Amino acid sequence: MSSHPAHRPRGGMRIAIGAGLLLASGLLFVRAAGPWPGDAIVWPAAVAALGALLIWRASGALPVRRRGWAAHRPPEASPVASSRESSARVRALGRPEVSRGGLGVTLVLASGFAFLWANGALRPAGETVLAGLAVLVALALIFAPSWRRLARSLAAERTERIRSQERADVGAHLHDSVLQTLALIQRSAEDPKQVAALARRQERELRGWLAGGDSREGAEQLAGALETAAVEVEATAGGTVEVVAVGDCSLDEPAGAVLGAAREAMLNAAKFAGQAPVSVYAELSDERIKVFVRDRGAGFDPAVVPPARRGVRESIVGRMHRAGGGATVRALPGGGTEVEIAIERRSRP
Amino acid sequence: MSDASGSVVRVAIVDDHDLFRAGVRASLGPRVEVVAESGEVRDAVRAIEELEPDVVLLDVHMPGGGGAEVIRRLGESRPAVHFLALSVSDAAEDVIALIRAGARGYVTKTISGPELADAVCRVRDGDAVFSPRLAGFVLDAFAGEIPAAQVDPELDLLTPREREVLQHIARGYMYKEIAAQLGISAKTVEAHVSAVLRKLQLSSRHELTRWAVHRRLIEE
Repeated sequence: MSSHPAHRPRGGMRIAIGAGLLLASGLLFVRAAGPWPGDAIVWPAAVAALGALLIWRASGALPVRRRGWAAHRPPEASPVASSRESSARVRALGRPEVSRGGLGVTLVLASGFAFLWANGALRPAGETVLAGLAVLVALALIFAPSWRRLARSLAAERTERIRSQERADVGAHLHDSVLQTLALIQRSAEDPKQVAALARRQERELRGWLAGGDSREGAEQLAGALETAAVEVEATAGGTVEVVAVGDCSLDEPAGAVLGAAREAMLNAAKFAGQAPVSVYAELSDERIKVFVRDRGAGFDPAVVPPARRGVRESIVGRMHRAGGGATVRALPGGGTEVEIAIERRSRP
Repeated sequence: MSDASGSVVRVAIVDDHDLFRAGVRASLGPRVEVVAESGEVRDAVRAIEELEPDVVLLDVHMPGGGGAEVIRRLGESRPAVHFLALSVSDAAEDVIALIRAGARGYVTKTISGPELADAVCRVRDGDAVFSPRLAGFVLDAFAGEIPAAQVDPELDLLTPREREVLQHIARGYMYKEIAAQLGISAKTVEAHVSAVLRKLQLSSRHELTRWAVHRRLIEE
């Protein structure tokens, strides 16, 4: 895989070298053709600019486009592979930045020296500088291994800290959720319905967490809010509600009306559907929202609505009309009822 | 090959949870005979090569590679064996990966025994089995989220009819009910679903990757 994260810095380096060569050719052209301030100024300046660019990139002052790299990754990346890659990323934390930054620093320093030397500024202090340089080089040679070791152990420590932090987060979450629920299940072992409901709610919660969605985050989007509504309906009315959402949209006013109506429809379906699961299918986009709620209950003739259901219908159909959308309730030939909720939205600027 | 629809289907269950395997075996009923069980990739490949079951029920996540790895290792060597993904994971990328590796369908572990037996029989007969959730994933994957100008010309898109069939599956309709709703035969519904499966397995990798990035299934 050419797009493995570890290969990224090499690609960046190639681009830098290419850009440098381009710049050099441009400068050579100007040198041959146009006004030229002098070798002693331009070349050090160019090298210094390149070095500064490298330092900036390494320190994150310039935006680094990463999405482009990820886009070439095949979709089959299993969680195993992705966790391997993320640990590779953790391992590489720091390293390309340090080497790139180091190269940049070297370039800038070298250009500074070259400038001073070329303009004769170093001549008076020549011997002192030479001695100083010799000492610096000697020191660098002596201490390089231990610096390296220090840097490496710091990176290792950082990685370890990140890992243990992650472990602690996972542990805390499992403790608050799964272990609590398991305790509740043990206590209510005599009530199978209660056990099933507990297990189901925990399953959803854990799934949401594994999918990376924070429950707070999910509440701002309609798909997440529908999931949450399904969980609440399961908790109050029993039964199972399966939500399948395609696309997503923000939870603004029309979406809020849809959510309210869909929740009523789910509640209604769960109450009258008996044991069969309730299916919720939502097509969400910024232009249009469509939600279907269907159950496999006894069904009813929409023309002869039982009084118990009239209020519910009002809160679905009426609500959608007021919001500028619509809802239809129909009995299905094979048994069961389907509520279709739809609203058009103006696409926002 | 035994594709006479009345005969008992020979099934292998590949899942690393012993309890779950036992539960599946108990719930499958008389139409299905479990000939092999395995909790590990290498083991499973050996058993499938030896016993050639009609249908393999595959878990998505397992130590040593998961369901997609089992299909990959078997390669084209056992064309009579059909795969059905049966998983607790409903993360889109896992499911799509297994389908693209060659599974004929995907059902979640909350499926009831009779429904699972039914799905097994349909997969044995060469049909595709789409749960509402898989239909949702596929619709999402092929959704018009990518502007037409950017779409790869050689890319296979869903026909309006295929889209309609998938939407009905996602709404919780059975094939028979879809056929009645759309005024077509149940066989035609099955043909549409199989066509979608084929497109999913052949369509440009590029498109699905873009979809995955869009859904932030792939980081960064």
